[in-house]
Amino acid sequence: MEISGKTAQAGTLESGDILITITLGEEDKGIEIELESPSQAVYGQQIYNTITGTLNDLGVRTAYVKAQDRGALDCTISARVEAAALRALKK
Amino acid sequence: MNLNTIGREVPGSIEGIGTLRPFEGAFKRIPDGVMKAPKIPCVERGGDKILPSLKDALKEAGLRDGMTLSFHHHLRNGDYVVSMVLDLIAEMGFRDMTIAPTALFPVHKSIIRHIESGVVKAIQGSVNGPIGRLASNGGLEIPVLLRSHGGRARAIEAGDLSVDIAFIAAPSCDKYGNINGVGGSSSCGSLGYCMADAMYADKVIAITDNLVPYPLYPVSIPQIYVDYIVQVDQIGDPSGIVSGTLKITRDPLRLLIAEHAARVIEASGLLEEGFSFQTGAGGISLAVAGYVKDMMKDKKIKGSFGSGGITGFFVQMLEEGMFDALLDVQSFDMDAVRSLRENQGHVEMSASYYANPHNKGCAVNQLDAVILGATQVDTKFNVNVNTESDGVLLHGIGGHMDTAAGAKLTIITTPLLRGRLPMIVDDVITVTSPGETIDVVVTERGIAVNPMRHELAERMKASRLPVVPIEKLRDEAYRISGKPENPKFTDRIIGVVEYRDGTVIDVVRQVISVS
Repeated sequence: MEISGKTAQAGTLESGDILITITLGEEDKGIEIELESPSQAVYGQQIYNTITGTLNDLGVRTAYVKAQDRGALDCTISARVEAAALRALKK
Repeated sequence: MNLNTIGREVPGSIEGIGTLRPFEGAFKRIPDGVMKAPKIPCVERGGDKILPSLKDALKEAGLRDGMTLSFHHHLRNGDYVVSMVLDLIAEMGFRDMTIAPTALFPVHKSIIRHIESGVVKAIQGSVNGPIGRLASNGGLEIPVLLRSHGGRARAIEAGDLSVDIAFIAAPSCDKYGNINGVGGSSSCGSLGYCMADAMYADKVIAITDNLVPYPLYPVSIPQIYVDYIVQVDQIGDPSGIVSGTLKITRDPLRLLIAEHAARVIEASGLLEEGFSFQTGAGGISLAVAGYVKDMMKDKKIKGSFGSGGITGFFVQMLEEGMFDALLDVQSFDMDAVRSLRENQGHVEMSASYYANPHNKGCAVNQLDAVILGATQVDTKFNVNVNTESDGVLLHGIGGHMDTAAGAKLTIITTPLLRGRLPMIVDDVITVTSPGETIDVVVTERGIAVNPMRHELAERMKASRLPVVPIEKLRDEAYRISGKPENPKFTDRIIGVVEYRDGTVIDVVRQVISVS
């Protein structure tokens, strides 16, 4: 994936949180997610959907997202993704 | 595949294990037949049983390919014996062993090497982290056969688990094979779990780092069961054998759960003179014991006994005169080891005495209340302690299904969520203890009482405890976390969960690992 290189981070590696590292691209090339999660087997798809949905709502179409989950709830994931994306957009 | 009475699929037989008998209900199986008898032994007069090396003992015991070898876990994460024996067997070129440990710990991960090289073919006993993960990924040809502490003693006595050679890690031993666990640098306290092994195995090898003059006393494993004795430098690492004083949790959420559980006991009407009680060594369990102790003091009542794995907290209650006795199958900390040595009321018990359903009466049947944990509970009150939410087999059964079946009041304490994972679900992945043996589930968000215990629920409501239907706890968990997907499994069975009576309550399948 071609990525222009605006990178930002939000979140922590504390239990119940998620650390999102995002690099934004400029074209419409899709969203690539690398997920590491203790609840991957039962919540993996929901976490993908939450991340993708949050980015879509912000109008982000191309991004590489590294998501290091420590059991975060959807509201937390959404907030961390939004914060990371907005930080990256400001750069 | 047949369904057992709780709706779990049980195959008619499994290669390497044999015919399986489906679970019919916690108290349904009436055993028949006779108990196993070991061969009639005879030793020469006089002398001793000490052999120069473990290798000599294995040769004398007639070690062959494909034998069943048993071990016990009183040395816990400090144990050197399992690895010492298996490393030597590998070196001697033997293979296809079935091992029957009472439990395995992270220190035993060298077994993985012996599984991969074919020295170990099968495991009948509990597994833990790394070995459980290996099994869950299909690394063992024959499924792991999991048994509870009581069920394992039953299996040995009934001949279902026939042990060729039993290895006893002996913290103190004399030249004729009298053994106890309360002396020496590797002292571990009770030797309860290996007593059936010593009595029923064809050959018994004691491995000790503390040979004492004859006769050793007190005796836990008597000389009449022991064939050979081997002296080694160390049988274990003392820092891994017993822990320091275990601490009561300070987490407010867990304390709230513990307080609820204690109030459930009070409301049940069982907290009277002669009360008997068991908890585990976890933070919530100890906190419940703390609250119960205060309530006993307030009501000025004295308990009859505390049982199970014994901690310093129970020792303190014994020494303050709040219990008449402790029945100890495993001593968790230094205080428990000391107390077993010093206090007459601190009694060592065997796994069969503790929890075997097929003898003339086990201690769990005398329990008023037990506090247990869970990795999942479902709306039928079935409890899973074996597999994690992702389906990986990571834990043994311990005494869970035994105490749950025996005690008048069985309480499961669990937070509603661990991380994001709901602990109350529609269906547990693996059933360890059937719902009919579980009375109450206590979470921080409410207490669910098994509908079969109607009178108990009324008592709780009268005591103004927050009683809710278990479905409401599940809904609350799903509302916060979302409904979990089912983890993905192949059809291949990698574990069999045997109920304490020898029937099969559930099976565990190989996981499809997610990328």
